[in-house]
Amino acid sequence: MKGTQDHATLAEVFNRDEDRVDWHDGALWWIRQKRDRSANLTPQWEELREAASAIKSNVISNLHDYLLQFEDNLKKNGVKVYWAADAEEHNQIVYKILSDKNINQMVKSKSMLTEECHLNEYLADRGIDVINSDLGEYIQQIDNEPPSHIVLPCIHKKKEEIGELFHEHLGTEKGLSDPTLLTRVARNHLRNVFMTRRAALTGVNFAVAETGEYVVCTNEGNADMGAHLCEVQIASMGLEKIIPERKHLGVFLRLLARSAIGQPITIYSSHFRKPRPGQEMHLILVDKGRSELLARPDFRDSLKCIKCGSCMNTCPVYRKSGGLSYHNTISGPIGAILAPNLDMKKHADLPFASTLCGSCSNVCPVKIPIHEQLYKWRQVIVKEGYSASRKTFSMKAMALTLSSPEIYNTAGKTGRWILNHAPFAINNKFNPWYKQRDMPDSPEQSFGEWYSKNVKKS
Amino acid sequence: MSSRDSILAAVLKNQPPLTDLPDISGFKVPEEDVVEKYKNTFSGIGGLVYSAKNIEAIKNHIRENFDTGKRIVSTLPALSDVAEICSTSVEPQSFEDVELSIIESRLAVAENGAVWLTEEVMGHRIIPYISQHLAVVVYESKIVSTMHEAYAKIADEAYGFGGFIGGPSKTADIEQALVLGAHGPLSMTVYLIK
Ligand code: SF4
Repeated sequence: MKGTQDHATLAEVFNRDEDRVDWHDGALWWIRQKRDRSANLTPQWEELREAASAIKSNVISNLHDYLLQFEDNLKKNGVKVYWAADAEEHNQIVYKILSDKNINQMVKSKSMLTEECHLNEYLADRGIDVINSDLGEYIQQIDNEPPSHIVLPCIHKKKEEIGELFHEHLGTEKGLSDPTLLTRVARNHLRNVFMTRRAALTGVNFAVAETGEYVVCTNEGNADMGAHLCEVQIASMGLEKIIPERKHLGVFLRLLARSAIGQPITIYSSHFRKPRPGQEMHLILVDKGRSELLARPDFRDSLKCIKCGSCMNTCPVYRKSGGLSYHNTISGPIGAILAPNLDMKKHADLPFASTLCGSCSNVCPVKIPIHEQLYKWRQVIVKEGYSASRKTFSMKAMALTLSSPEIYNTAGKTGRWILNHAPFAINNKFNPWYKQRDMPDSPEQSFGEWYSKNVKKS
Repeated sequence: MSSRDSILAAVLKNQPPLTDLPDISGFKVPEEDVVEKYKNTFSGIGGLVYSAKNIEAIKNHIRENFDTGKRIVSTLPALSDVAEICSTSVEPQSFEDVELSIIESRLAVAENGAVWLTEEVMGHRIIPYISQHLAVVVYESKIVSTMHEAYAKIADEAYGFGGFIGGPSKTADIEQALVLGAHGPLSMTVYLIK
């Protein structure tokens, strides 16, 4: 079982196929460059990030009232509201909504939350069939794999492999691997799905407390196809998706797609406020560790995440190890800071899957100090005795130095000085990020170094 | 205690001290020709944009560029000789065979090419998503620079559903190869009228 192995071991497996690693690395780096071009073309980009971060700070500090306001407005708009403490309760609610209507088939657009809740499996066990309609998620679903990236779910797959899957599941000709043709096949197949499903579930990108509307962003149009054709529409959202006012959408929609894939806006930014006549609309507010995360001052800023994926695209470790090696629905740097909050023991390895280079924090549109949080999680994990023994030895020395607040603070704003002067700070031709524009000059531990320290010595 | 109450109680207990919302009124772009900017942006993301003298010119363009043998729907009465004026009271599934839909947007954004559509101008929520091709008529005077100005215009509009649409549907999920026409329209045309 993949799930029982740690990141370093899984990364090693991924690294056996060197060509694939280079290709994966290059594909993500290309997206990172598109993000840079797009950001540079946007006036006041840094101010936008600053504003987004400040809005989210306000949300975190006033979440209780915003949730009440949002709930109140949802009800006024004719939307049924549910609260779920955890995955189990969330899944039960969805099941109840569907079974009350005798519905046994549902179409779903991209939602990392329901992936995390293992909703599809839960419903399948109870005789309800769910189809993921985002093309990448659909491909992952027919291959029985979780998404390897929050925005690009099958970024690790080659088109020939996808062709093989389509051959097996959709009866396409063997050897078909042209992306346009494969997309057309999926389009036709999923059209039938959209046309026949009485229920559709979407995720939520932003939920506006002021108006009770929620916004869903896609490029494919799959969320809208599902939502406008169904009679029962369900939206699942984490508590942190709230934003105070409609006008704040301007800030977030300007940042999201540019950060994610270098596009000026997602093709579809749909504002759902009221069910259409004859339709039911249900919204589930899910806690699943979020209220607990609020209580951790060092880590609560991770609740600002708008799931753009740019921290993953830029991360040298992610690019060279693949999303599945993080054995968590949300992979990459953001996954590595969110996962330990939910289960520190199970995810103790993830904050170590980083060179702490800081590139993630530099691109994050809501300015989460991701690499600082990674570093702080290491200390917590070592202190609580969760770090795997082979890593504890090497990490302990560093954690000890870095866990002293005086040394940490006097060593420069983010502790980079120490990292820069640490013995592993070596730059070589494998260092994939010294060419980056938005990168700090230090530290410069290469992936090769990180890899041999964390993987080879195992 | 219900989950609702225990979640709210935990949030209240754990949330940090209140911080202020930032002032976002300062986001301005330098003076620019928004129409030119709109055209460049929209064609840059795979959209088709035509400056049309009047409605007659739009009709001609539709006749020349779309399969008029197939079903064309619109919410614009002025287009009734090239399109069926769509009924709002039918089931959404009934639009499955629509080849082209033509609707009007009263707000477009130069910085990203998106048009703002509410269900009222869509006729039916599903129309701009289910059609094989989408065409949108926009008066040039309705183009604003950025999303901030767009939301200032939308302000407290009380739509039940509204959406920005910024081009033909697309995916790059297979090896990052851009494919236009994922689940929504294969193409999107914007007709700009002076
Ligand atoms: S942490 Fe920041 S960069 Fe990473 S996905 Fe979230 S918003 Fe994007």
